[in-house]
Amino acid sequence: MGLLYQIFIDPFVQMGTAPDLFVQTLWEGLVGGMLYALIALGFVLIFKASGVFNFAQGIMVVFAALTLVGLYNVGVPAFLALGLSIAVMFVLAFTVERVVLRPLVNQPDIILFMATFGITYFLIGFGEFVFGGDPKVMITDQLYLPKGTITYKALGGVVSLQKLDIAAAIIASIMVAGLAVFFSKTRIGRALRAVADSHSAALSVGISLEQIWVIVWFAAGLVALVTGIFWGARSDVSFALDVIALKALPVLILGGFTSIPGAIVGGLIIGIGEKLGEFYWGPLIGGGTDAWFAYVIALVFLLFRPQGLFGERIIERV
Amino acid sequence: MRATGGPEAAVGDVLLSVENVSLSFGGVKAVSDVSFDIRKGEIRAIIGPNGAGKTSMLNVINGFYHPQHGRITFKGETRARMRPHEAAYGGIARTFQNVALFRGMTALDNIMAGRTLKMHTSFFWQLFRYGPAMREEVDHRHRVEEIIDFLKIQEIRRVPVGRLPYGLQKRVELGRALAMEPELLLLDEPMAGMNLEEKEDMSRFVLDVNDHYGTTIALIEHDMGVVMDLSDRVVVLDHGIKIADGTPDEVKRNQAVIDAYLGVAH
Repeated sequence: MGLLYQIFIDPFVQMGTAPDLFVQTLWEGLVGGMLYALIALGFVLIFKASGVFNFAQGIMVVFAALTLVGLYNVGVPAFLALGLSIAVMFVLAFTVERVVLRPLVNQPDIILFMATFGITYFLIGFGEFVFGGDPKVMITDQLYLPKGTITYKALGGVVSLQKLDIAAAIIASIMVAGLAVFFSKTRIGRALRAVADSHSAALSVGISLEQIWVIVWFAAGLVALVTGIFWGARSDVSFALDVIALKALPVLILGGFTSIPGAIVGGLIIGIGEKLGEFYWGPLIGGGTDAWFAYVIALVFLLFRPQGLFGERIIERV
Repeated sequence: MRATGGPEAAVGDVLLSVENVSLSFGGVKAVSDVSFDIRKGEIRAIIGPNGAGKTSMLNVINGFYHPQHGRITFKGETRARMRPHEAAYGGIARTFQNVALFRGMTALDNIMAGRTLKMHTSFFWQLFRYGPAMREEVDHRHRVEEIIDFLKIQEIRRVPVGRLPYGLQKRVELGRALAMEPELLLLDEPMAGMNLEEKEDMSRFVLDVNDHYGTTIALIEHDMGVVMDLSDRVVVLDHGIKIADGTPDEVKRNQAVIDAYLGVAH
């Protein structure tokens, strides 16, 4: 009886009695969730256009951030380094298409998936070789990202918001809105969706698969760079960061592999769920829930909606 | 047989010629040593029993397959290997035997996708969907609306094509090919799986496209009645070999064709 009370009643009582803490937890979950959403977005972009689950997306986040910081550390001015990092992500997209995707065209998806493992280990090795393996500090000040906190006296307590997180939220929203319009309303966006639906039909209307793949990998690279900047600002820039890419999996399960809004909503749900779980239910089992709670949320979800929140339901005639 | 003397009388120079084309997959010969030509403005049918190599032939023409031997000359230009998007760029459009539409997109977006090659604004403007990119969208939308009117599919514009009945999907696919304003239109069994009424509609559209836009059409079809009514000239394949070539009447009387279709006593 006491246990049931602790699980099902007590946490909600706490939320009600200390609303400031609740809001604070919610906010932190929201910010974390947004970063998960960005990583998931990178996956979705590539999956939509080429049907490839890109295992390297997490490492691309690290690699992009590392390039930025690494260039700055050898004396390149911050904004030039940012521009160069964008160029590097383009070169990466181009190289991946030439060296990995093109020779493997028409191979089963699992082959392409394995190839992205190859890309992952290449990027780890190459990154360490060029920039060294030691953790680095993100150059937030040099990029004029705001720092410090805004503190509100509200709800009978104090709620403090990091300015950096607010900036991240704004930039991420702009980027996502831009991508959404780009995808639905322009020629290249239409071509991207066309490739996602049918390769042969896309070819027949004169869409070049090569070009589209470079564009999606580049877009995913840009998303990775933005993610890397904000995630790197919260901790260090190091290869340990790529574990967060695994958090994108439950987000994708929730949101569906092909839906951009799904990635966003899924990311937020996972982020908030994780923080609330950790704060209110974690102490019951001695903490340490953040490593696995996201997967439990995804698992429960799978039971009820196997196609995800926004995923397209696949109905096949047999 | 089509009435002569109509607007389609402009049948003229050779638009595309296939010379001694052979294509095999491993040990299987799909097409062997086939030659024929397609003249500007005509409706050319490619017929033959199942497995005759008709679709392979179409795939060779638009660059999906690369033949091991032979040459293909399109608009006076001979190419050894041509990739599908290059064929599209050169003015060859096609439809597929098993409708290949962008299922998640609306009929309108599918047809707009056919305009891809006609649109030229840069990635930069596209990214912001502003200025030239916006004007271009509007211009092309006008052309697409004309095609939609032409095919009488106004009311299904906004419907995701995956939800449309088969006959309408085929029509949208034709619309997408027309949006490319092709010089040569390849139709792979445009009436397969249709009922009589749908077949008649589709035949009407094929003739109208030929008359109205002056588009040269090469089509594969099983229904002999349809072929005889629509086409100016017919080439007949059997087991990858060309067995006849001529007007529908000539082909109908050809003994080899009759044998191929009805079988011969061995």
